[in-house]
Amino acid sequence: MVGNPTSVADVAAGLRSVGYLPGESTALVSFLAAKLGKPVLVEGPAGVGKTELAKALAKYLGRELVRLQCYEGLDEAKALYEWNYRKQLLRIQAESGEAGWDAVQDDIFGEQFLLARPLLTAISSQAPVVLLIDEIDKTDQEFEAMLLELLSDFQITIPELGRIEARTHPVVLLTSNNSRELTEALKRRCLYLWLDYPDLEHELEIVRMHSPDLPETVARKLVEVVSLVRELDLKKPPSIAESIDWARALLLLGAGSIDQAVFRQTMSVIVKHRTDMDTVAERVGVRLEPARAA
Amino acid sequence: MLSDPLDFDGALVAFAADLRAEGVTVGTSELLDAFSALELVSWGSVTEFRETLAATIAKSPDDRRLFALVFDRFFFREAELQAVRLEVSEPQVRVGDGGELDLDDLRRQIARALEKGSDSDLRDLARLAIAAFGKGQGSGVLGVDVQRIRRALGLRTEPQPELAPDDPRHDGIPRDQLRRFEQALRRELERAQIERNQALPPKRALSDLDRALPGGPVQDLAAVHRVVAQLRRRLATQGHELRGHTRHAHVDVRATMRASLGTGGVPVELRYRPRRPRRPELFVLCDVSTSVTSASAFFLSILHALHDVFRKQRSFVFIERISEVTDVFRRERDFRAAAAAVSRDAGVADVSGYTDYGRVWSEFLDEIEDELHPRATVIVLGDARTNGRPPREDLFAAITQRAGRTFWLNPEPKLYWNYGDSVIAAYAQHCEAFECWRTDQLEDFVRALTRPRVT
Repeated sequence: MVGNPTSVADVAAGLRSVGYLPGESTALVSFLAAKLGKPVLVEGPAGVGKTELAKALAKYLGRELVRLQCYEGLDEAKALYEWNYRKQLLRIQAESGEAGWDAVQDDIFGEQFLLARPLLTAISSQAPVVLLIDEIDKTDQEFEAMLLELLSDFQITIPELGRIEARTHPVVLLTSNNSRELTEALKRRCLYLWLDYPDLEHELEIVRMHSPDLPETVARKLVEVVSLVRELDLKKPPSIAESIDWARALLLLGAGSIDQAVFRQTMSVIVKHRTDMDTVAERVGVRLEPARAA
Repeated sequence: MLSDPLDFDGALVAFAADLRAEGVTVGTSELLDAFSALELVSWGSVTEFRETLAATIAKSPDDRRLFALVFDRFFFREAELQAVRLEVSEPQVRVGDGGELDLDDLRRQIARALEKGSDSDLRDLARLAIAAFGKGQGSGVLGVDVQRIRRALGLRTEPQPELAPDDPRHDGIPRDQLRRFEQALRRELERAQIERNQALPPKRALSDLDRALPGGPVQDLAAVHRVVAQLRRRLATQGHELRGHTRHAHVDVRATMRASLGTGGVPVELRYRPRRPRRPELFVLCDVSTSVTSASAFFLSILHALHDVFRKQRSFVFIERISEVTDVFRRERDFRAAAAAVSRDAGVADVSGYTDYGRVWSEFLDEIEDELHPRATVIVLGDARTNGRPPREDLFAAITQRAGRTFWLNPEPKLYWNYGDSVIAAYAQHCEAFECWRTDQLEDFVRALTRPRVT
């Protein structure tokens, strides 16, 4: 069934099989994205598995993942395409004098002088790909506007070459940490998926999946503590990836339960700010059982 | 309403109209997406149907919340309408016909079902509860009936230690569970009412109470938000005019080489890097004292909107002293959460609750004197009521001299300026003061802010 899901349940099972436990709406929206060929805008707090979803989708659909990491100041030359001017110069010098101007001009704006950046790669690839545009909220609004042509028609206009249309339909995921409101125009072209921290049972399942050797009781305690920590007003609440890291750390230490001593030692896996650590130690640490005398 | 009972397309369009009426922008293209998406999923499950619609129509967390509310209201009404039209009615639950219903047992059952009951369980139990406790004495007002039945069931958030320890009510019932049950009750009561009258009650717009996040402040911010959203859009586009007149441009080597191909590789024509629109650095000071309470939500939402557009912005709130809230706004995308965070832990030194402008200026100068420069813009939001304390306009003048531009937004009508302890005139000679308590006045300010600077 790889590559062509026929139902939501298919997608859910497929994502599961590559190690990603989707929530109900995650599977649904992924299915719609694959079927409708519409880009998906995935929003949510940091560390809920937005980027992971793209990777899992690529794996499940058996497609290559093309990733564009956005940052402030990203421009067309780094995202779309660029002319390889060095090669063009060489071409001119190699031919100087002999060929007519028209021949050279036609020649140097050919595809072999084009440097494809991620977006062009995704569009012109022979096999369908999954395109991940990560942290779109970090770019300027100008860049967002530039994406519109790509997202609605899957085509790129290069003045010298004309329109390049997608040979295959990529699945496009855009992620945003919600650090800035995206434009209406962009949102209108996308399906929308809001990923939040999973509920207790769901996260327990995720942790168990990634470290199956951890005893059930410890794993349950772990997700309970993590959800307590997330309720605090922290600079950076622990992400799912950090819960998994913590589970692995506990497994390595061979911890049989999470008591105060263990928590104090391993807290730094899930809390990464000096001030946050104090808050967490004060508000969560004391609620745990005191360390047993060993 | 539907013209044809089986016209689903019409129903969906009506649903979109409903959403628009509540302030969610639904474009035609999004509606078309919804139609094509619905062809792909099974309609057997409510969640799947709802999530499909939500993914294509509601595109922000705020819209999501409104969507859920409108979805419930709309499809409940549609279903009831069809029921009335086709004369279907729910089987009546009779209490006392066959065997007395144990009321205590019902109370316990409901409390248990709240813990892990499905929606349909809750619905059945709500119907039972109405039959048992709500018989014949309906007050006609749904909210009153809901609360009466809830009390009769002994469902409270406070712990009730006199009950058996295995009863969920022993430790009190979580608020969200109670809310769920109240919704089920309200819905069943509404359904019964519709069946009695054979007609739908008039549609009720979502109240601000519904809109507000659970636990959020109940205040009508929707109007302010609409304007602020506009302001944001406007700032985003007009920001381009704010670019400085740079004499010094950077040569774009790649572009120059590319252009030189026309002349055989000799760079005759220089290409420059495009000028990025430069947004000014903003310093915003916002009064949050009691004299401007009514305006502070307005002010904070302006602050919030500005943060979206200007990356280089530092925000301060003040009463007697100032306190920086830049981080709060940077971290919190949601306005309500940001406002709550500001009032909770901004650390506003609020000794007397009276504004002390003199002190605010001196602290502001101390903190960021070095960072003020001619490209910086300072915006003060406040009523300039000093409570009889020295206004220290000399310090304020020092600030305005260092900064490029200074604006003052005063939430009081011009009529009241300089009456009583208002000293706005003393400050207005150093800055541009705006009367700003209506949203159209805010537009005037935006025009001034985005006006290209004359240097």
